[in-house]
Amino acid sequence: MNPPQTLPPYAHLLGCTIERTPDGVPELILPFADDVIGRPGFLHGGAIAGLLEVAAIAMLAHGLEEEGGGRIKPVTVTVDFMRGGRDHTTRAAARIVRLGRRIANVEAIAWQDDRDRPIAAARMTYRISRPEPVLSE
Amino acid sequence: MRFDIDRFAAAGGFGGHGGRLGMRYHAHGPDWAELALPYDPALVGDPESGVIASGPIITIMDMATSLAVWLKRGRFVAHATLDLRVDYLRPATPGATVIGRGECYRVTHSIAFVRGQAHDGNPDDPVAHVTGTFMTTGLRDTRQP
Repeated sequence: MNPPQTLPPYAHLLGCTIERTPDGVPELILPFADDVIGRPGFLHGGAIAGLLEVAAIAMLAHGLEEEGGGRIKPVTVTVDFMRGGRDHTTRAAARIVRLGRRIANVEAIAWQDDRDRPIAAARMTYRISRPEPVLSE
Repeated sequence: MRFDIDRFAAAGGFGGHGGRLGMRYHAHGPDWAELALPYDPALVGDPESGVIASGPIITIMDMATSLAVWLKRGRFVAHATLDLRVDYLRPATPGATVIGRGECYRVTHSIAFVRGQAHDGNPDDPVAHVTGTFMTTGLRDTRQP
């Protein structure tokens, strides 16, 4: 997929929106709502994992944009759930650990009240296909 | 509390996030459960190809492996997912229902070890493979902020 600058349908299903720092770094915001509940009063782990992936893809789109773009495919995702997601707004942000020519390693965290107390973290590996270089005449 | 999978199956669907995704009961055995996730354009992660996002795959596998733990233990015990790793073997075919099969292969007093696969029609050609662990939380969730 070409990492979208706008959020895909699944992100709308989750109900998350995107905010950007002045230099374009994305942060995702997920309001607590019925559509993302697991057991009563708590976020579904799958919704948290989905939010982490949306954050990772948005960050990769930002990183690739500066290097001429590219298509990405998830290879592996590992999610650690550290705290129950309560009935508060959840935020998520990602960090590109390495952006290679063919592989990107990304980390993402989700938190509620305190960024230093994440509710979940994920480590992702993405396959990258960059556009063929255009040969100059 | 005894875990009554038949009552769960009769109810068919889920509430909350699973319900929003359209997740349904599919089948089960003594230590495994299968859930179905019909294709829905709202699940798409890549509008260009129509392939669903990976988040819904994680959700169905989290729930299928969770059910497998309760089946293996023979009772419902509140638990929390500790970690879940998903290997995406190939994109799910647009339009196809995804079947997620979770299996619990080992339980200790407080930890359950699970694995599973998701496919979109042919179990021998899976779209994803998962491994994970759950921990019992008792009546109260003690892992709170």
